[in-house]
Amino acid sequence: MSDISFVRTEMLPPKDPPASEVGVVGWARANLFSGWFNSILTVVSLYFVIKILIGLIGWAWVPTWSATSLPECRVIFEELGRSGHNAGACWGVIAERWPQLLFGFYPNGYEEGTADLRWRPVLAFVLLFVALAPVLFSDKVPAKLIYFTAVYPFLMPWLLWGGTVWTPVSAALGFVLGYVVYKALAQSTSELIGLIVGVVAAFVWWLFVASLFSSALASVVPLALESVESRQFGGFMLSITIGVVAIGLSLPIGIVLALGRQSDLLIVKTLCVGFIEFIRGVPLITLLFVASTLLNIFMPPGTNFDIIMRVFIMVTLFASAYMAEVIRGGLAALPKGQYEGADSLGLNYWQAQRLIIMPQALKISIPGIVSTFIGVFKDTTLVSVIGLFDPLNLTNAIRADADWNGLVWELYGFIALLFFVFCFGMSRYSMYLERKLQTGHR
Amino acid sequence: MNNSVFFGALTVAGLAAGAAAAGTLDDVKARDKLNCGVSTGLVGFSAPNANGEWEGFDIAVCRAVAAAVLGDPSKVEYVPTTGKTRFTALASGEVDVLARNTTWTFSRDVDLKFEFIGVNYYDGQGFMIPKELGVSSAKELDGATVCIQTGTTTELNLADFFRANNISYEPVPIETNAEARQQYLAGACDVYTTDASGLAATRATFDDPSNHVILPEIISKEPLGPLVRHGDNEWGDVVRWTLNALVAAEELGITSANMSEKAAGTDNPEINRLLGSEGNLGEMLGLDADWAQKALAAGGNYGEIFAKTIGEDTPVGLARGLNAQWTDGGLLYAPPFR
Amino acid sequence: MSTLTDPPKESFRLSMLIYDTRYRSATIQVVAMIGFMILIGSIISNTVHNLTDLGKEPSFSFLSEPAGYDINQRLLDYDNQDSHMRASLIGLLNTLVVAVLGCITATILGVIIGVLRLSSNWLVARLMTIYVEMFRNVPVLLWIVFIMAILIETLPAPRAFRGDTPEATMSVFDSVAVTNRGVYVPEPLFHNSLGNIHVFGDSALRFDVSLDLMAFLIVLGGSLYASMRIRKWADALQESTGRRPTIWHIRAAVVIVPSALLMLVLGFHLGYPELKGFNFSGGTHLRNSLIALWLALSLYTAAFIAEIVRSGILAISKGQTEAAAALGLRPKRIMNLVVLPQALRVIIPPLISNYLNLTKNSSLAIAVGYMDLTGTLMGITMNQTGRELETVLLGMLVYLTISLLISSAMNWYNNRVKLVER
Repeated sequence: MSDISFVRTEMLPPKDPPASEVGVVGWARANLFSGWFNSILTVVSLYFVIKILIGLIGWAWVPTWSATSLPECRVIFEELGRSGHNAGACWGVIAERWPQLLFGFYPNGYEEGTADLRWRPVLAFVLLFVALAPVLFSDKVPAKLIYFTAVYPFLMPWLLWGGTVWTPVSAALGFVLGYVVYKALAQSTSELIGLIVGVVAAFVWWLFVASLFSSALASVVPLALESVESRQFGGFMLSITIGVVAIGLSLPIGIVLALGRQSDLLIVKTLCVGFIEFIRGVPLITLLFVASTLLNIFMPPGTNFDIIMRVFIMVTLFASAYMAEVIRGGLAALPKGQYEGADSLGLNYWQAQRLIIMPQALKISIPGIVSTFIGVFKDTTLVSVIGLFDPLNLTNAIRADADWNGLVWELYGFIALLFFVFCFGMSRYSMYLERKLQTGHR
Repeated sequence: MNNSVFFGALTVAGLAAGAAAAGTLDDVKARDKLNCGVSTGLVGFSAPNANGEWEGFDIAVCRAVAAAVLGDPSKVEYVPTTGKTRFTALASGEVDVLARNTTWTFSRDVDLKFEFIGVNYYDGQGFMIPKELGVSSAKELDGATVCIQTGTTTELNLADFFRANNISYEPVPIETNAEARQQYLAGACDVYTTDASGLAATRATFDDPSNHVILPEIISKEPLGPLVRHGDNEWGDVVRWTLNALVAAEELGITSANMSEKAAGTDNPEINRLLGSEGNLGEMLGLDADWAQKALAAGGNYGEIFAKTIGEDTPVGLARGLNAQWTDGGLLYAPPFR
Repeated sequence: MSTLTDPPKESFRLSMLIYDTRYRSATIQVVAMIGFMILIGSIISNTVHNLTDLGKEPSFSFLSEPAGYDINQRLLDYDNQDSHMRASLIGLLNTLVVAVLGCITATILGVIIGVLRLSSNWLVARLMTIYVEMFRNVPVLLWIVFIMAILIETLPAPRAFRGDTPEATMSVFDSVAVTNRGVYVPEPLFHNSLGNIHVFGDSALRFDVSLDLMAFLIVLGGSLYASMRIRKWADALQESTGRRPTIWHIRAAVVIVPSALLMLVLGFHLGYPELKGFNFSGGTHLRNSLIALWLALSLYTAAFIAEIVRSGILAISKGQTEAAAALGLRPKRIMNLVVLPQALRVIIPPLISNYLNLTKNSSLAIAVGYMDLTGTLMGITMNQTGRELETVLLGMLVYLTISLLISSAMNWYNNRVKLVER
């Protein structure tokens, strides 16, 4: 019994991991200083980040909010003991001009006898989200809201441009009329005839009857908002309006173009491909030159659109080409079985598109549509080149005021920040949607 | 076909399309608004203030015309135009009058089919340079980097000037005055060239204006004036004589302060004719008899407008110089009102 | 049974154009074609009518009139008495220069940033995310003017280099001057230059071909070909004998020695920039406007390319990486040999559209005064001649041609890559 063996019956308590592997230190070791290359990278980036932040905060953190001109800012800097070209930010310009950067020349009630109408674009903007909610957050809002979405395209122009309420109502009635005619004829004769006659009826209504109708009703029930010329649009309001109008109108055009591009009809296909490739092949700025210099020449003599209308037209055409490609992507992503399934149910082309293909294809395309919107929204800054007062061109106008001549960074920074907030928000949403759609699809 | 598509959009948007076929004067009266093409921003000449109201020397012309025709100086729709879009805007009828410090040249008048109705500012292209470079004449600028605003006659004048003097330069084309100022101050160009009024206005906003000199050479004639389309002489007359009324009023000593008193009738028949208490000049123009009174009420006579917008007491600080009345040795010479 | 073999022969009726699917498509096409013709016809007739009203005859004769303005950045010789055509050509070349430079740097930057976004270094990955979001969500026009402003405000003016104790000095052994007018770098010069060949005489398309450059390219091409032959030879030897000769020094010598000899014969030396009068003279001047535009376009596009690269890499299934790791490859080689080649297939199509976007965005050059096609033909020329219709249409046509060329070239490359892969 000499060899006594010892068998341990209980385990040792586990040791704490070494201090270098847990907590802040451990995290830093794993994520910041794993290996010499990463350490150098970390140190170098830290150095630059801190240096930039110090410079930026030192520049931006100055009490110049209430200054009323650049010389006044300079006095404040001198009191702070700073001097030189970029001594600090002169925030007074933002304090004085931010309403202009947001709304442009939209009536602000400054002139006697005019009212502050800026609530209208704000309301239109808020309602835009209400109208989009059934599309964007379909699972979180009542389905009935979709009716409001249908009304919104007529409500928004009325809010922004004003005028009698009967103008948008009669415009909407054109659609109703077209649909009724289509329904009636599609039952009795053929779908195609119904479609053609319906469209013709709608156009006849818009061209000849609508204005009479609306002016007649306006004289009976004068329900009107003060009308605002589109020239008075400016700043971010202009950018957003161009973006929303262009995307809104380009969606139906884009669908038609995408279908045309997919179709077997040679001429239709060629026309659609030609249009899409032409628009995508030239820079937007040349299209804006067309809007500013040529569009009036292309029109019948006597017609004269104002420049913002012409820009709407060209940007819409521009957006439609890109939209068509996005939707084509959505169509291509649908499994072939869906088309075949629709065919085997005996649906005709339009029925299949309406009931089976488009709902799915559009759902897949929403992230693409959102990113097209972001692109168009960013591209609206180009209208500054043809003299419209988007935020970027407003900086020139503001700097033409002798009080603010010579400012650069404050204005650009403010505009960049606003654009960033908008676009970043939208791109985050589109990513969220992409994730949601991915799980739903696979 | 294309018509209907666009008209559909038009109805939806509730837009008023104006036809340019009738006379411009009737159009303006029917519309009850004057469409005036202006610059998107030039210190002292046209710029929107914080409330979105346009102010400046060129703006004053628009206001005076609107007052003369429509009786209210605020009935103006300002259409901002760039150097590129201004002529198309006028030619296509988008604006009724272009008051955008535009130089009166042969080709613009004859080839582009516009009618300059007069000169509201006599300018000339000059050079501004930092004092420390020690340059006293533009002929010493060999090899210099020159900032120029594009889309104007300045770049052509500049090319001509350096070619004529057989010296070289490096052009830096720039879109707006604000950017030119920035580049010039940072030393990205040695010289800034544009109209002398623009140079003075820009210099006035520096923190140290005294360190910069405007060289004595004026290398071009730049008669800046409002213009209208060729072929509508009635309208051209209205704008021309409104501008002349502003100039003549100064010469005749009519100011916004004493106007109502003089309108009652004076011993000077020309004043009476101008202000409408005698003769029927307004009627000949197709306007009210007191058209000139209204135009003057909008912002005062030429001298008052000058003093208020770009004169020596403003940040722009321009002297009258060539733009004084002919009686004071300037070039302003309004034809007689008779 | 036999009664039903032949379908009843129907005579053609007008209603069949609508009801019969065989004819309906033809009907639709004809209607579409007629509609299109009417649209085009009415646009043309309106245009002619309106232009007659304005008293302008459409004509391209202005292209041969003297332009009268100067262009600072030019690849070919030009002076203000040259024609508008020549000025437009200079502008077109400037567009191409910035587009090509931009595409190259954007690709390099984009790949680096895309890979770094997936880095294990938390800070670096976050910084790259911030970079991408910052550039993607702010308009490119704003970036262009912003970067131009930064260059102008932060870099020293040439006059800061003057004096006994200058505020700024030239970098890289006194050979490169970084100023807010641009960067001056040394230029290659030859003592015994072979001269130039002048092509196309006096016409607007004239250009010079530097014989020195041609000679250099020929020699370099020849030696690269020789070097490739040597490698082939070594490969063949390895195949047959299993022994690979050491060839890198031979190949290096074959590439370097002939070029170096040529340089020596031609009397190669560098021309350094020197501060003379108002400006630096000598050397090659990369102007600020070019740098700002180039930088802004590449940084902006790089953010998009980074996202493409990242999603391309993420699209490669993890099994590939793990299998490569199991084979004992290092992370860097896994990236180079396994992941990237596969990711390329996903990356290239969206990359093409980004190249196109960059090229089209280069038309924003007017914001910084870079005289590209938009600045010359659709800018000053349009402005001076008042020929809006002709200049804009011509400009659009040129951009369209460039776009179509780029996309067809890239599609060709894409198809080639695909074929090799499968």
